[in-house]
Amino acid sequence: MFIKKGKLLTGIMLGTGLILTTLQTNAETLRLLTWGGYAPEKVVEMFKAETGIKVEVTNSNNEEMISKLRATGGAGFDLAQPSQDRIAGAQSEYEIYKPIDLSKVDASKFITSMLEGTKKNTTVDGKVYGVPHVWGTSALTVNTKVAPDVKDYLDLCNPKYAGKVSYRMKRPTLIAFAFAMGLDPFAAYGDTTSYKMIMDKVEAKLIECKPNVKAYWSGGDALINLIRSDEVVAAMAWDGSGWKVNAEKPEVKTIAPTSGALGWIDTFALPKKTKAENAAYQWINFVMRPEIAAMITEAAGNFTAAKDGDKFVEESKRMRFQETFPAAAIDNIKWYPPVPAGLEDMEGKVLDRVQAAK
Amino acid sequence: MTEQGPGGGHAPSYDLECRNLVCRFGDFVAVNDVSFGVPEGDFFSILGPSGCGKTTILRMMAGFLQPTSGDFLIKGKSVIDMPPNRRPINMVFQHLALFPMMTVAENIAYGLLRQGINRIDARKKVEDALERIGLPGSGEKKIKQLSGGQQQRVAIARCLVLEPAALLLDEPLGALDLKLREHMKVELKKMQDQFGTTFVYITHDQSEALVMSDHVAVMNQGRFEQIGTPQDLYYQPATAFVAGFVGDTNRWQGRVESVDRDTVKVITQDGVQLLATAAGGEALSQGSQVEIFVRPEAVVITLESERITSQDNRITGELISVLFNGANSRALIRDRHTGGELDVALPQTGEFSHLQRGQEVHLGWSLAHAKAFIQKESGG
Amino acid sequence: MSLSLRSAVRLNLILLLIPVFLWLLLLIILPHIDMLLVSTQVKVRPRVYEFSFANYGEFFSEPLYWRTFARTAIMSIAATLLTLVIAFPVAYYIAKMLRGRMKSFLFLLCLVPFWVSELVRTFGWMILLRESGVFSNLFQWIGFADGPVEMLYNDATIMVGLIYTSMLFMVVPLVTILDSLDDSLVEAGYDLGGNAFTVLRTIIIPHAMPGIVSGCIVVFMLTLGNYLTPVLLGGKDSLWFTAQIYTQFITRFNWELGAAFGFLLLFLSSMIVWMGLKLSRQTLTETMG
Repeated sequence: MFIKKGKLLTGIMLGTGLILTTLQTNAETLRLLTWGGYAPEKVVEMFKAETGIKVEVTNSNNEEMISKLRATGGAGFDLAQPSQDRIAGAQSEYEIYKPIDLSKVDASKFITSMLEGTKKNTTVDGKVYGVPHVWGTSALTVNTKVAPDVKDYLDLCNPKYAGKVSYRMKRPTLIAFAFAMGLDPFAAYGDTTSYKMIMDKVEAKLIECKPNVKAYWSGGDALINLIRSDEVVAAMAWDGSGWKVNAEKPEVKTIAPTSGALGWIDTFALPKKTKAENAAYQWINFVMRPEIAAMITEAAGNFTAAKDGDKFVEESKRMRFQETFPAAAIDNIKWYPPVPAGLEDMEGKVLDRVQAAK
Repeated sequence: MTEQGPGGGHAPSYDLECRNLVCRFGDFVAVNDVSFGVPEGDFFSILGPSGCGKTTILRMMAGFLQPTSGDFLIKGKSVIDMPPNRRPINMVFQHLALFPMMTVAENIAYGLLRQGINRIDARKKVEDALERIGLPGSGEKKIKQLSGGQQQRVAIARCLVLEPAALLLDEPLGALDLKLREHMKVELKKMQDQFGTTFVYITHDQSEALVMSDHVAVMNQGRFEQIGTPQDLYYQPATAFVAGFVGDTNRWQGRVESVDRDTVKVITQDGVQLLATAAGGEALSQGSQVEIFVRPEAVVITLESERITSQDNRITGELISVLFNGANSRALIRDRHTGGELDVALPQTGEFSHLQRGQEVHLGWSLAHAKAFIQKESGG
Repeated sequence: MSLSLRSAVRLNLILLLIPVFLWLLLLIILPHIDMLLVSTQVKVRPRVYEFSFANYGEFFSEPLYWRTFARTAIMSIAATLLTLVIAFPVAYYIAKMLRGRMKSFLFLLCLVPFWVSELVRTFGWMILLRESGVFSNLFQWIGFADGPVEMLYNDATIMVGLIYTSMLFMVVPLVTILDSLDDSLVEAGYDLGGNAFTVLRTIIIPHAMPGIVSGCIVVFMLTLGNYLTPVLLGGKDSLWFTAQIYTQFITRFNWELGAAFGFLLLFLSSMIVWMGLKLSRQTLTETMG
């Protein structure tokens, strides 16, 4: 029985580390730690045909990326794709990334404003740690036939839709609810006391709203299933999820909430002990080509920071985007500023308490 | 007594009575129309080779098996529809089935407590029983701490404290070593006398059956061949099977040459002419195939041929070996004429203790001691 | 001659034991020492840690954590007992009522769910039980329900999932131990006047006790350490201690607290098993041997 316990604990901690360190790289392999859909098979094949480099894809999310790299001190992967706001904090705390050599990145392929914004947000001690790749928002996905009056995050708490809504038990939900309640969490990022006050209010609201929730979703596919089967009629979700369902179920739409969608940018960042740095830069420059970027948009459901990348995207995709984001809605997008170290501990406890509340 | 056994439906003095019991497993008939009665206080054995159906009868009596047809009565009342835990008879299992998770006292108290007797009375009865089986003060011992013989006694006491109408015993001595088995035979008989309970005992060991029983049923292939006292079975076997199965015997096969009332003249397969008495109640006629049985102790052995001139049958042979066993010593003799072997009891006088291998001896026996039975096709 | 033979035997023994020792050392002992060290660290500022038992204190001072543990333990005990109640008749039937081919067939049937991974099995349950799932539609079609029925995301569903996953680990030791029960003991129990209940209570269960206890320990530890089933089937209220450990390690980056939780889980669950052994008056060697 002690053996069993040992397995459980080591499984969590050592398991990941051991597997990662034993997987030896050869020079011609790029180990990519990314999100589902960011490295479609077809693109991987084209890259191999052109450069001879094989890409090993591991799908993950922000927290797992940081945890995995932390466990190995930045080894095991050659290129990672965390969100831009999660780089600076993780770097100053755990030192898991390596600065980007901007001379090796073809800046002309990027939308300039996005590249500059990302560089600014990922700078630690004067060094840049990230360049932008895919961007999107957290917005509302709504079945407009059943729930036409859901316009903002707080509408998810409308008793009319009890047992029919869903959101994630992650920090974006806290931020989104704060904005919807008329608060500005980003402005309070630097001030722990006022941020705590905001989080207390959000916590109360989420606990009050809990009976309405069918289930907290954790993966994009799980949410898409819930919406497609009409088990959920309104959810806070990635904009791309709603667009995907919209293609087969037109009444499901991605709506920019009145308090503003939350804008995120997933980046390219080099793990500290990357073993295929050149291959990593080659991959970055390859996928930022407009026609390749369009393929990634097809697969991931979101647009990229590649200049002219949207020109190669199907007309219907662009239509959906424009329907969700008229010009005013784009201006209203709240882009995540870098998360200061320490805030996530506080948020974690809020999430725990909401999860535990009856 | 024996003669009224089968089919004695009118006799209420029977403690246990089986009427026309049949048990089939698919096409196989394990028990074929068996009827018998056991008087109160009787030690009744069912003797038969393994697979003859004796265990099946016992399990039907205990209630673990439902007969295909037939009835079983205890003290005149049918219990055929009664589950085993309600039948007023108990069973001692082949491997005793003492409960290893309980102490000796708990084992004996088990049945008492199931009868709803309060713990104080039960404890008293348990102590009495332990006293009677010679194990006073062993109540707190674990079963494993007892010897084989002690376990045997506990297993029987466990049943007898319940004062059952009868005790069924399924070859309980089978697992014991020879010496202990001999001892337990006597002990079992004593216990039965002491408690005065009816015993139904099944065994394949004829010596157990003959030594202990008041009555023995010999069973073969699902049927009872004969029911009787041990003496009846030994001296008056009703069938060839009983004659061959109970006790040791010499055996010949042959054809009837002539019949004169009960006396038959038989030519054996080896061409020897023998005189025998017709047995088994079946009429023999010239040409019948018969088997002849002669007990070893019925044969007179001598070194001088003139001393057996009065015997009906005479054979000259040579000694193969002497099987010395004190009072039960035997000699193996080869018939000089046919080469057949005979088993002969040696007189206890010691007169033949110096016989030499190959020495010529003369054998003789009377026709009254030679029993001829019709040979059945299947019998062999 | 004999000396060299003896040293050869010793060398063989050492060679045989090396993998076991390496396995114990590298995969069990070293990580646990490391975890123990990690669990006694507390972050003061980024990259600065101090020795302290505050992480252990946090478990007891923050009701969420110990309540989650208590809930996990109580549900695991309940799942274990329910598994026992369901598995016992099944095991008895397999061990005592069946013979030959039918016996192995039913035994194999208990194994079938383990031919697919736990994840797939759990998704299978989700397909069956979800609001738009098979059972919901079936009930509506029969007329048991007017609208869709949601059977996922509650404690009962977690129970069903846990029991289903645990069945085999209870059935196997029970079948083994019941197989070793001499039929004549049961018959003797009846013969001496016992009814089905007293025979079960006084003969079958005391005999099966080592199997019951070892099955219960295995199922309890598996259930307590389960992660996927409670998280996927439990939905928004699923609070499972292993999920809390995962959360601390992965999403909160709080390895220190996660490690402390891991040790507390190890310690508290061992205590529960120890108490179970005391209550059932069994010993670990008896149960596992």
